[in-house]
Amino acid sequence: MKRQRIYGLMAEFDSPTTLVAAAHKTHATGYRKIDAYSPIPIEELAEAIGFHHNGVPLVVLVGGILGCVSGYAMQWWIHTVSYPLNIGGRPLNSWPAFIVVTFEMTILFAGIAAVFGMLALNGLPMPYHPVFNVPRFAFASKDRFFLIIFSSDPMYSSTETRAFLESLEPRSISEVPG
Amino acid sequence: MARPTEVEIGEQKAPVILPGQTFASITDKIASIVLRRPITNGWLFGFAICFLILQWFLLAVCWLFYKGVGVWGVNIPIGWGFAIVNFVWWIGIGHAGTLISAILLLLRQSWRNSINRFAEAMTLFAVACAGMFPLLHLGRPWLFYWLFPYSNTMTYWPQFRSPLVWDVFAVSTYFTISLLFWFIGLLPDLATLRDRSENRIAKIIYGMLAMGWRGSARHWARYETAYLLLAGLATPLVLSVHTVVSFDFAIGVVPGWHTAIFPPYFVAGAIYSGFAMVLMLAIPIRKIYGLEDFITERHLNNSAMVMLATGLIVAYGYGIEAFMNWYSGNRYDAFLLWNRLHGPYSFFYYMLLFCNIGLPQLLWIKRLRTNPVWLFFVSFDILVGMWLERFIIVVVSLHRDFLNSSWGMYYPTRWDWMTYVGTIGMFLAAMFLFLRILPMISIYEMRILLPEAEVEAE
Repeated sequence: MKRQRIYGLMAEFDSPTTLVAAAHKTHATGYRKIDAYSPIPIEELAEAIGFHHNGVPLVVLVGGILGCVSGYAMQWWIHTVSYPLNIGGRPLNSWPAFIVVTFEMTILFAGIAAVFGMLALNGLPMPYHPVFNVPRFAFASKDRFFLIIFSSDPMYSSTETRAFLESLEPRSISEVPG
Repeated sequence: MARPTEVEIGEQKAPVILPGQTFASITDKIASIVLRRPITNGWLFGFAICFLILQWFLLAVCWLFYKGVGVWGVNIPIGWGFAIVNFVWWIGIGHAGTLISAILLLLRQSWRNSINRFAEAMTLFAVACAGMFPLLHLGRPWLFYWLFPYSNTMTYWPQFRSPLVWDVFAVSTYFTISLLFWFIGLLPDLATLRDRSENRIAKIIYGMLAMGWRGSARHWARYETAYLLLAGLATPLVLSVHTVVSFDFAIGVVPGWHTAIFPPYFVAGAIYSGFAMVLMLAIPIRKIYGLEDFITERHLNNSAMVMLATGLIVAYGYGIEAFMNWYSGNRYDAFLLWNRLHGPYSFFYYMLLFCNIGLPQLLWIKRLRTNPVWLFFVSFDILVGMWLERFIIVVVSLHRDFLNSSWGMYYPTRWDWMTYVGTIGMFLAAMFLFLRILPMISIYEMRILLPEAEVEAE
């Protein structure tokens, strides 16, 4: 029989406050490959595990610019190059009339970039993940708060890391099989 | 994300969420409506009625496809009858959902957290109903894709200088963004349902929809940024949609349409009718599903105040319209006002003034703003009034324009009525299904409202 791989050690907490305090301590101790799970967004938590910048704003900006430029370019090309219609001698590139569609395309592309960019950066969809192997993890979407130290962390050792997590006084500690 | 700074203030005002709730109790209460509550006879009966009305719609549409648009009462000079009246009415109703979910989020009005989910669902269903009318009005609805710019063998392109093409882009963008916003808001709650569900099939379906959401801190950080940016994008979008709808009229030369007041007063009217629909849905829902702890008097009161404020903007719009008809010195404009007040449709104009300006003044009284029965009644009145407003704008302007040789009258046929009532059935049937399939209140955003969601400083 193959020996089971360990993905990490997971500690369970009761409240956002205890989880953030524990995450701070873990990061300060030197663990870097860590993550935390909560049923609500906690601003301080991402900071505590050392995650300071996310790429979503840039993706949205690029999406918005792309939508704006392509929206206007499409109308310009259609009405001056591909299908010019002379209506009372008015200019073919009648930009004031093109603003509405340019605006809508900007919003559309930026919005799609926000949603799919966020999902892609998060690596979703990912229906299976080792953390789901822990039965108690079902409460991460209800009222429990979890901290995990991955076994890929250079400082990870099955005994010392467990002792460290115990010093944080969690409700429970579980091994996450990978 | 809107942090609950108001939970403490809530002791003076009615609270956003009644005391005694915890993370677990909120989760169980809202999730159990979907997962545990048996299907009641009341629900079945309500859904059956709405589904039956939806079948009328199907019948009316089949007859329309078979015979053509002639089965409707539209004819020159009134080429835009019920189809456009109902389109504008439904689109307007949708606007409250986006206002609640996006604009109130940016303004940090955390009371929105208990009503945004079903208000967004309302937006989606209302926009879907709205979309039916221009599509059916096309005459050959199966060629609807001609509206979009795509390379075709006719070497033809849409005319981007036309407000009708702007409308196609505005409404389809609005629907897409509303759908994405709604789905993103649902993601953490779908994960909750996946973890709580005992039925294997339900678990798999919710699991697929939740996309493996696990509440990681990194995911939440990106999620919050994306949600906030999406709200920032949806805010100008929602204002633009009804503006573009009003351009359909304002760019034209018909008396009563060609005015600069149209965009702002259309947007205010949209929010006015949208909040009326939100209340008409929220009042029975909170009663039937016992959600008075989450949708409190505070929500009723705030929504009523939004209606009062937007209603006054609408009243101002009517006033300016009438004033400009006189002040412009244009005889056709002056005639329009006379025709509204004394013409064949004058009864509906007075009804409109009563429904939209008269009766809603009752909302100045605080006791009525927190009385669900009264509020339900006033909301219904506003929805009728806003429908009449669009009827007046479309029909009264068109039926007597510049040449009296081309005057006429508009009488909707039974197929017009069946199509209109049918979309109400479609809207409500979709709403009934939504209540049983998805959490009608955002679970994770309700958890944020609790005091224990705050991280205390060490």
